[in-house]
Amino acid sequence: MSDLETFRAETRAWLEENCPPEIRKPVESEKDICWGGKQWTFVSEAQKTWLERMAARGWTVPSWPKEYGGGGLSKEEAKILKEEMRELGARSPLDSFGIWMLGPALLKYGSHEQKLKFLPPIARGEIRWAQGYSEPNAGSDLASLATKAVDQGDHFIVNGQKIWTSYADECDWIFALVRTGPMEPKHDGISFVLIDMEQPGVTTKPIKLISGKSPFCETFFDDARAEKENLVGELNRGWDVAKYLLTHEREMIASGGSGLFDARPLGQHAAQTMGVEDGMLVDPVLRADLTRCDIDGLAFMCAIERYKDEAKAGVGMGAKSSVLKYYGAELNKRRLELMMDIGGSEEFEWESPATNEGKIARMWLRTKANSIEGGTTEVQLNIVAKRILEMPGA
Amino acid sequence: MPLVLNEEQEMLRDMARGYLTDKAPVTQLRKLRDTEDESGFSRDAWRDMAEMGWTGVLVGEDHGGVDMGFMAMGVIAEEMGRTLTASPFVSTAVMAATALRQAGGGAHDARWLPSIVAGEAVIALALDEGRKHDPAKTAMKAERHGNGFKLDGAKTFVADGHVADAMIVAARTAGAPGEEQGLTLFMVEKDAAGLKTERTMMVDSRNAAHVAFDGVEVTADAVLGEVDNGAVILDRALNAGRAALAAELSGSAQESFERTVDYLKERKQFGQVIGTFQALQHRCAHLFTELELARSIMMKALQTLDEAPEHAGHIVAAAKAKVSQVARLSANEAVQLHGGIGMTDEHEIGFFMKRIRVASEMLGDANYHADRLAKMQQY
Repeated sequence: MSDLETFRAETRAWLEENCPPEIRKPVESEKDICWGGKQWTFVSEAQKTWLERMAARGWTVPSWPKEYGGGGLSKEEAKILKEEMRELGARSPLDSFGIWMLGPALLKYGSHEQKLKFLPPIARGEIRWAQGYSEPNAGSDLASLATKAVDQGDHFIVNGQKIWTSYADECDWIFALVRTGPMEPKHDGISFVLIDMEQPGVTTKPIKLISGKSPFCETFFDDARAEKENLVGELNRGWDVAKYLLTHEREMIASGGSGLFDARPLGQHAAQTMGVEDGMLVDPVLRADLTRCDIDGLAFMCAIERYKDEAKAGVGMGAKSSVLKYYGAELNKRRLELMMDIGGSEEFEWESPATNEGKIARMWLRTKANSIEGGTTEVQLNIVAKRILEMPGA
Repeated sequence: MPLVLNEEQEMLRDMARGYLTDKAPVTQLRKLRDTEDESGFSRDAWRDMAEMGWTGVLVGEDHGGVDMGFMAMGVIAEEMGRTLTASPFVSTAVMAATALRQAGGGAHDARWLPSIVAGEAVIALALDEGRKHDPAKTAMKAERHGNGFKLDGAKTFVADGHVADAMIVAARTAGAPGEEQGLTLFMVEKDAAGLKTERTMMVDSRNAAHVAFDGVEVTADAVLGEVDNGAVILDRALNAGRAALAAELSGSAQESFERTVDYLKERKQFGQVIGTFQALQHRCAHLFTELELARSIMMKALQTLDEAPEHAGHIVAAAKAKVSQVARLSANEAVQLHGGIGMTDEHEIGFFMKRIRVASEMLGDANYHADRLAKMQQY
């Protein structure tokens, strides 16, 4: 047996032995996804056990180095682990911004001390991280951000406001972009700092969205303290870190890693919900819309597969991640509009067990953010035009 | 297999692009049109293609082919789409070759495949009978007659029919129009008594023919595959042809798009290059994303034809639908963004619009394949 085959066999055996049966079922509610952190309450003993067992092996972050709490797995091994988990139907033990975003940033830009201090608690799900990028006056034009960090020798004093910080009210620390060079050109005066949210100078306020949910907060800094040692990368070079992370985020969203985009065909769902006459959906106009959307979904999945395969063959995805981000967002919005068409009036029941508290309606509203968050649709089109098509600037 | 071209296919692409841009570019199509060329394609170029192995790309080595598979076939078709090269590639090297190979083991493959590979024989598929492609609607009858059959009826829009040495003819031996079963395929040679072929010039300057069958008698040996069960072979040939058209369309759409973006970088109005306008940039960027999706699903269809041809119907239908839709968008945007010059016959962009429109319609348009897909999924 090759090394990889041995690894697969051992992994399968270990998962069989250690993954609790409750964890081998599809996620049913939001609480089934473990985000970790000091405020986290486990939905079950199984969820806790699963996190502890996986973290002990470093398998919450399989490809991170072992000394930082990872599994030290090669790309191929990490892929095998993923496949074997899928085979078993095992849920992810831990999802977090720490894993997806701060971790990759620290691995690339952090000092050895920073990695030792911050990565293992992420891997164990002990600290939950928020992302502090956008501000009320810095959305698409993120680099115009104004949250100030003033040098006080061994620390910075931070004043300002962040917005769209996901679940900030449940987070322990925040990685934030702050202005440290007020006199520099706007991209050259930004730093990437890590701030402990457990201090009087940091407060959060949830934002209620059109879906009725509050996944985002406003986060306020009033003379908040950020230690100098927690500056990631060089002073005033935070934009490099941010750009790296945004591309990483887009690629992750684009490659389906976030589970944000669902391209499953809608036709059969429609047939079950609305009914079929003579082998055809009762609404012929909607049927045509659905088939076109399903074809686009299929083509979208093929594009993801091709880009991934190109990346494996050594052609980086680069700006092409914007192709997927743009198309995926627009497709997802189309899908949910069609889901609402299929459901008809019933789907609008907001507080009813029949619709699972308006589950699809809330998803429909949620998808409207797909083309705003992580770089708007218009920004993605700018990136495609400028960086791929090399069209000239105005 | 990864969804990227391998080294061999990349070499083939470079070679094809080099040859076609040099020897069979859009100016050649214009010349064929303006001189009202009898064949409608360059026999010299077709012989070159045979020498390069393209005519045998889907033919087994036992019959002299290079047998490089569907992905390689798609590479060639895509490049031909970029140059709008007129040739019997799709009718002969793709559909007829696939049908003959699929029928296999009989006299037909031994008789025809080597001459297809040699670039000598042109073989057309005589299938459509009405304005919209729909094989199940085939009404033309083949009645038993002595030891053979007698064919009566008419076929339309037979690509390369006027120059074909033989045709693969779909006729009904059982069932009624509207039923997928009950079709039989016949090899009918061009000099058969009662066969009348009339060339029709199409908007894209390619050839199709109306073909009348007035009591054409064929022997039982003329049957390709099994009587009443022609759909098996026909489906394979159609899948191959649809995938080839999808590849060709993808090539044409990309080429017209690239020419358009280049034009926007040159053309000046209001004292600046019009490519600086965001309204135009966003249209191009959107179109680029559509082209990327179209090319991806087209490649997936080719890959599936190589790996699991018996399960390729679904993805080929989706690919033909998607690429047809996107290619039309690309052509329409190309003419609009070129402005007035795009409306002139002198400019080549119009040739792309014409060919894309015809190839989108051929072997089923986007609506036809979307409908098929829905039916395959029971809705």
